[in-house]
Amino acid sequence: MKFSESWLRTLVDPQLSSEELSHLLTMAGLEVEELDPVAPAFHNVVIARVLEVTKHPDADRLNVCRVDMGEGEPRTIVCGAPNVAVGLRVPCALPGAVLPGGFTIKVAKVRGIESSGMLCSAKELGIAEDASGLLILPEDAPVGKDVRAYLDLDDRLFTLKLTPNRADCLSLTGIAREVAAITGTHASFPEVPEVPASIDKRRDIVLDAPAACPLYCGRVISGVDAKAPTPDWMKLRLERSGIRSISALVDVTNYVMLELGQPLHAFDNHSLDGAIHARMAKPGEKLLLLNEQTIGLDADVLMIADDSKPLAMAGIMGGEESGITIETTELFLESAFFAPGAIAGRARRYGFGSDASHRFERGVDFGGARRAIERATRLIVDICGGQAGPVVEAAAELPRRAPVRLRTSRATRVLGMTFTADAIAALFQGLGLSFVREGDDFLVTPPSWRFDIEIEEDLIEEIARLHGYDNIPAPAPLGALAMMPQTEGERPLQRIRQVLVDRGYQEVVNFAFVEEAWEKDFAANGNPIRLANPIASQMAVMRSNLFGGLVANLVTNLRRKQGRVRLFETGRCFHRDAQGGPVDGFRQPWRLAGLAYGSALPEGWGRDGRKVDFYDLKGDLEALLAPLPLRFEKAVHPALHPGRSARLVMEGREIGCIGELHPQWVQKYDLPAAPVVFEIDLEAAKAAHLPAYAEVSKFPPVVRDLAIVVDQGLELQRLLDGLRGKVPAIVQDIQLFDVYAGKGVAENKKSLAFRIVMQDTQRTLQDSEVDAAVQQLMAYLEQEFAAQLRA
Amino acid sequence: MDNLDILVGEAQAAFAAISDPDALEQAKARYLGKSGQITELLKGLGKLPADEKKAAGAAINRAKEAVEAALNARREAIRQAALEARLAEEALDVTLPGRAEVRGGLHPVTRTLERIEALFRSIGFEVADGPEIEADFQNFTALNTPEDHPARSMHDTFYLQDESGKVAEGVLLRTHTSPIQARYMQAHVAKYGHLERMPEIRIIAPGRVYRVDSDATHSPMFHQVEGLWVGEGVSFADLKGVVADFLRRFFESDDLKVRFRPSFFPFTEPSAEIDVAFMSGPLEGRWLEIAGCGMVHPNVLRIAGIDPEKYTGFAFGFGPDRLTMLRYGVNDLRLFFEGDLRFLRQFV
Repeated sequence: MKFSESWLRTLVDPQLSSEELSHLLTMAGLEVEELDPVAPAFHNVVIARVLEVTKHPDADRLNVCRVDMGEGEPRTIVCGAPNVAVGLRVPCALPGAVLPGGFTIKVAKVRGIESSGMLCSAKELGIAEDASGLLILPEDAPVGKDVRAYLDLDDRLFTLKLTPNRADCLSLTGIAREVAAITGTHASFPEVPEVPASIDKRRDIVLDAPAACPLYCGRVISGVDAKAPTPDWMKLRLERSGIRSISALVDVTNYVMLELGQPLHAFDNHSLDGAIHARMAKPGEKLLLLNEQTIGLDADVLMIADDSKPLAMAGIMGGEESGITIETTELFLESAFFAPGAIAGRARRYGFGSDASHRFERGVDFGGARRAIERATRLIVDICGGQAGPVVEAAAELPRRAPVRLRTSRATRVLGMTFTADAIAALFQGLGLSFVREGDDFLVTPPSWRFDIEIEEDLIEEIARLHGYDNIPAPAPLGALAMMPQTEGERPLQRIRQVLVDRGYQEVVNFAFVEEAWEKDFAANGNPIRLANPIASQMAVMRSNLFGGLVANLVTNLRRKQGRVRLFETGRCFHRDAQGGPVDGFRQPWRLAGLAYGSALPEGWGRDGRKVDFYDLKGDLEALLAPLPLRFEKAVHPALHPGRSARLVMEGREIGCIGELHPQWVQKYDLPAAPVVFEIDLEAAKAAHLPAYAEVSKFPPVVRDLAIVVDQGLELQRLLDGLRGKVPAIVQDIQLFDVYAGKGVAENKKSLAFRIVMQDTQRTLQDSEVDAAVQQLMAYLEQEFAAQLRA
Repeated sequence: MDNLDILVGEAQAAFAAISDPDALEQAKARYLGKSGQITELLKGLGKLPADEKKAAGAAINRAKEAVEAALNARREAIRQAALEARLAEEALDVTLPGRAEVRGGLHPVTRTLERIEALFRSIGFEVADGPEIEADFQNFTALNTPEDHPARSMHDTFYLQDESGKVAEGVLLRTHTSPIQARYMQAHVAKYGHLERMPEIRIIAPGRVYRVDSDATHSPMFHQVEGLWVGEGVSFADLKGVVADFLRRFFESDDLKVRFRPSFFPFTEPSAEIDVAFMSGPLEGRWLEIAGCGMVHPNVLRIAGIDPEKYTGFAFGFGPDRLTMLRYGVNDLRLFFEGDLRFLRQFV
């Protein structure tokens, strides 16, 4: 909502500067988004009358003018404007004037003739873009008067960012009411006397949809001159409210909407047939609108129609065929109340909106329809002439304004500061709320222009607002102290992130909606969860794992010459799942994924430059999840190299995967080499065990190394699993410390070297039992895995 | 006796001239070895008359001790020199870079979220979470946002397709973290509703939210932190106290100006917009919109099964992306979601 301060001050004029007023409005909930001067600073520019114009003797394009500034003696001024003419009243900058841009006017010789001032264009004064000639002022402009004062250029423009609940402030009347309440100043609104009917012409009005349109006033005005010019004062106010002047009839309807908040519509009465109906759209009904768009109307759209055809989308936009034009001589003026619920969302559905729909969907003062039609009639008859018919009013049940109870004690409790009933009464009076007092309770009947006072809290907000949010204290709150749980069996997410950070990973945050191709490539998901209204095709489906984003991050960073990349992300992934919850049909687990690419260690001196591989990331995962029992099992995953990928299993449950990116994606995404990636269930990563004590032996351990040769294809895990339960009790630990294949080991075989740690908590071990234990192990390995002792 | 003194002097001089440990041992043999000069003198004692033997023996032993002392001193000196030579040889250039992995870093918004969580935990707020594909009911209806509210239009909300390609009924991508408060209250009532007095609810709910909007200041996915405190007698003054305290702690600025001004949200009444102004820095003195808040609307409490006559509460919603931008001077929201290491590493 944009308006001119000087217009507002004709209604309410608090003794405050523009800035003070702006601050008060903002702090009362009417946020002032902008406060702009209507014209840049300049001074010493007065209205001059051109008395004589003669050609400059030495310059084709210049004229020498004699102008009257109301000083008695006319001045000589050289002027280059093409439209200068005798008798015009134009702005004249006097010597000493400073124009916008810091341009100073002096007495100077122009091609030999002394010029004592400058006649100005609108552009030179910074009030319009028009530089084609002098700004021509009305014939009655008082000569000698300061132009700033005459054109009201010290006015300021307020732009309010109104919240949807304050539709009552979408008019100068509403804002003036609010300013009066918050400043304690008296507001005076113009009298709007009835314009008595001077002709009998009238149209019947039928409310076919009384819930959607419970009030409709209409009247015929005949014999108007639609070509009559709009008065300058009205044009100026419209322009300063951001509304272009179109024609006197349109301007009047817009002006009254701005002044009173009531949108009006004018039909060309000659295009109407029979009675006016406010009804819902009929099936298949179409309408050509004023914006030249033809739309098919849904059944829930409220229409204004006559006996034979639709005329307008009620409260939203008029029809092209029934609209007024410059040729209109007889009009039918509408001032109605349409229920917000009947208007809300309809215009948006068709992709447009209007000043009228903006107001009606938020709520228009239903007590003001009659006043608005009288006000508009008066202005039309004054400007365009004509005779008015009687106002025909059709009314059904208007919105009810049930009294709302406010308890002083409740206000005190909700706001956290004490209010007395008398103080509240004063605030309500200031707002113009009518109430009945019952002790410390108030029964408040909201006025017809307020659609946001329905419950006690709404009144509490009014109290807080008028008292000033800033004047409510902000103490340190009191609350019952209770310790927060510290669950030892769960690692906080912060800790998990920190482990990865410490191991060189940088966290990223990627969009949860991704390209459909990523789901196919990295999750073999041909039926992803699609957005109904994506903003772009590369953000069209919900991700079911985090790989796509990380690979894209890698591509981005390689393009920016970052050769070593380690990334991780935590985020929800999305799956269709009939058993899923808490939202039916979806499973939305939190996942943690990582990617590593480039050298295993940061490039630098004294390093071998080895590239990061599967086992580096496996080590990171083991460190991250330690001491939880974690198994890696060979597995196939659509994103991963089938020979270099594994699933992670914890206590029998699959919790994630790890592997090199599949060569086909390395190629498709144009990567110089394969990154290694992992993804795990974040909940699983949070699991932690409570430590449990086991006795520490006081006796020395015995360590024996055992190197065996087995088949190349034997997985270590199989061997370790096989040993479980077969190991003599004194064996505490079996560590693999070398894997070797090649010279000295037969083809298709590999050598595994283990360090076996043996110990007893009760005594020192004897060599003989140590030897026996190793032999027992070896015998088992030989029998189960055809293992040979390495020579 | 002069001869002995000369011998000792000779030995001392010989040892002093040697810097090689093997040569030193050879030189030792010349004096103290089996046929060394001192050894020979001791062997010769037997031939002396008995009355001279004692004095001569004592003199020779003194000489022997002197030679041994000279020998040991020289041994120690040589060992010391060798050690010093080795230490010098082994010296490192301590200014070469270390060889360990370099630390990665948290995303700047995570940094902010962790600080927010820590600040609120310190006054007893728990952290709550909720789904991102959310039920229309929780996102809107439970928050007193009626069917025809503009916020429900296709313009702001991402909807999903069902498997037949139609717009899926009743689900959407959450447009704010407020449904977490709705869900939390429902769960709280289910757990404690039978009690005469329910324990207080004090939570913050950080998370990613989605809106159909994309430009330099809007991202289709962004972060929010919702806060909620419901109890008996929780007031608007408490809301002001908590939020102002939080902002001053978050920005570590006691002279940060905080103001509350009336606003409108369907799920709070009274509602407020929170502005801050810094007293120094590039944004000095400008009011910056930073959060929305208000007293939980009685309808929202009622829908969750909480009696608004007995319990009151406040809720607030911050934009951690914006807080991060203000805190670290980041000027483009999109940087947060591009994964550019050159940007992200600045927050290590």
